[in-house]
Amino acid sequence: MSPEQPYVNLYQANRDSLIAVSPKVMNTLRDEAINVFAQKGFPSRKVEAYRYIDVPQAFEGKDSYAMPQPTLPLSAAQQGVITLNDEVLLNKYYAKAADNEDAITALNTAFSHECICIHLGKNQVLDRPIELTDMFASEEDQMEHKRILIVLEEGASASIMLRYAANNKTHILTTQVVEVFVGDNARLELYELEETHTSFTRFNNVYLQLGRYANVKHNNITLFNGLTRNTIKATLAGEFSEVTLNGCVMADKSQVVDNNTLIRHEVPNCTSHELYKYVVDEQSVGAFAGKVYVAEGAQKTVSEEVNQNICASDDARMYTQPMLEIYADDVKCSHGSTVGKLDDMALFYMRQRGIPLAEARMLLMQAFVGQVIDEIPIAPLRDRLHIMIEQRLKGELDKCVGCARCK
Amino acid sequence: MLEIKNLHARVEGKEILKGVDLTIRDGEIHALMGTNGAGKSTLSNVIVGNPKYEVTEGSITFNGKDLLAMTPEQRSHEGVFMSFQLPVEIPGVSMTNFMRAAVNARREALGQEPLKSTDFLKLMRDTQKLVDIDKKLVSRSVNEGFSGGEKKRNEIFQMAMLQPTFCILDETDSGLDVDALRVVAEGFNRLRTTQTSALVITHYQRLLDYIRPDFIHVLLEGRIVKTAGAELAKEIEDRGFDWIKE
Ligand SMILES: Nc1ncnc2c1ncn2[C@@H]1O[C@H](COP(=O)(O)OP(=O)(O)O)[C@@H](O)[C@H]1O
Ligand SMILES: [Mg+2]
Repeated sequence: MSPEQPYVNLYQANRDSLIAVSPKVMNTLRDEAINVFAQKGFPSRKVEAYRYIDVPQAFEGKDSYAMPQPTLPLSAAQQGVITLNDEVLLNKYYAKAADNEDAITALNTAFSHECICIHLGKNQVLDRPIELTDMFASEEDQMEHKRILIVLEEGASASIMLRYAANNKTHILTTQVVEVFVGDNARLELYELEETHTSFTRFNNVYLQLGRYANVKHNNITLFNGLTRNTIKATLAGEFSEVTLNGCVMADKSQVVDNNTLIRHEVPNCTSHELYKYVVDEQSVGAFAGKVYVAEGAQKTVSEEVNQNICASDDARMYTQPMLEIYADDVKCSHGSTVGKLDDMALFYMRQRGIPLAEARMLLMQAFVGQVIDEIPIAPLRDRLHIMIEQRLKGELDKCVGCARCK
Repeated sequence: MLEIKNLHARVEGKEILKGVDLTIRDGEIHALMGTNGAGKSTLSNVIVGNPKYEVTEGSITFNGKDLLAMTPEQRSHEGVFMSFQLPVEIPGVSMTNFMRAAVNARREALGQEPLKSTDFLKLMRDTQKLVDIDKKLVSRSVNEGFSGGEKKRNEIFQMAMLQPTFCILDETDSGLDVDALRVVAEGFNRLRTTQTSALVITHYQRLLDYIRPDFIHVLLEGRIVKTAGAELAKEIEDRGFDWIKE
């Protein structure tokens, strides 16, 4: 049996119950999506964008994981900025950015049965950040296919945190598709923070669409995980828009973190920034592939991409692949990446002052990724993340500063 | 306090120290002079346990304990401090976090409770005044973007924070103008107790005018070839080292 077949079978078995509870637009795309998925199959390592992880293996055997029974959404969630299955919004935007080109998006489109919608109207400004926490708390091995739609109309402004946390250590497989439409002059800070567990397998595909003068800052922070693949595609579709893709990764044990980003400059006069920093320790594997694509005619593009990494142990592996693909001549683009070790001289200097080696290593790692955190504009979040990174390094993240219950 | 016997050491496969003997008693100041490349910094690094330097023969005891068996951090906790010839920049690690980690690690090794945050910050402030270091420097990352002189002053600040009993000053005076030299030397003198011992590596008489040595040793090609009183510095400054070699 092909690696895809169990999931196609699973789809057939669940199709009716999915359709029974889902919005119409989600249902109309399902069958086609599963067909595309079956046809394309899981991307193999031969697919350029997936060369650093073994996707079929990541899904293998997990089709037996329980899928939560889809239920009709609660009516209470139908008001305010955050809603479930806003049909008007879905009709206009659902799957408009996330196409079936990526087989995992197709799989997600086939299986998801509800969509969290965040919708800001014209010139609506949220004065406080929103945090959505996905607290996985299943007693049995579980599979979930999540869908989020974020729409900021012209001139709107918001800061949103998507947090992925684990409450216990059962095996979890998730796919998630996040579609984000940021209108003209709108501004979004979008944070994704993963602090799950080694028993997690997460595929997260994020699509960002920017209008004229739109500004998006995406921060992608992986503090604790099992195998994670984030695919971030940002499309600068309106002139004078600006996108920042930042991220940091702390990995040890046998964790795997693969971040694959694509920034598409479709029109002139747009700017993009990218800064990703990894610390991979013990037997962990980090991968970063970041492509900046400048379309023909996208003159006056300014783009700067930096990926810096530390391999803190001999067994850890880091793959880095910054790429530029440019079809315009009047552009200013730079990209670069480094992979290094912890600075021996700095370690010795600290030890001479009495700081034990383990703590000295920790201070250096914290300082290294801290640069990404320092760029975060929300001061309390910045402080919290610095503390979380420190606790992560001390192996105390289980105490969970992020969560009010554990305080 | 410190007893070095027949010390041989290598760096990157090359033998640099070829049988050094040196005894420093409580409260004594020893100066170490010698040509560039003679092995002075190598000797310092071996004493503080820099893993780049490999001891092939000999022994070092510190207050009767086998120093060579200890990690660098243990040596530090025992009271050994080195002011680096080239202090290291550590971007992203604030002076405050660095010193807090150092002070509390030492306290833990001595079986004391960590300092309360307010007490620690007060200690930082008081020490800044004592060694006259700009508080702006102390609020930055460790040595990052510091001038040569500022780095040296920061070494003395750290020394004051940690209150070692044995200090190595490895060319702490090099690159300092006369005023900075005086500040650094006076800072060191203020920190000294009658028990404090030091190994002062320098090329210049002028530092030794502030920090009066009990002995001066000359290290050439990995061996101590001459030991004399404070008056030797003047002679070396006038005549160089060639006359000693003979
Ligand atoms: N970290 C090191 N790596 C390589 N060679 C070194 C290192 N430290 C010292 N050396 C070599 O050892 C010899 C002695 O150097 P050093 O101890 O620094 O001399 P001094 O401090 O007396 O000027 C020199 O030849 C120098 O090149
Ligand atoms: Mg030297």
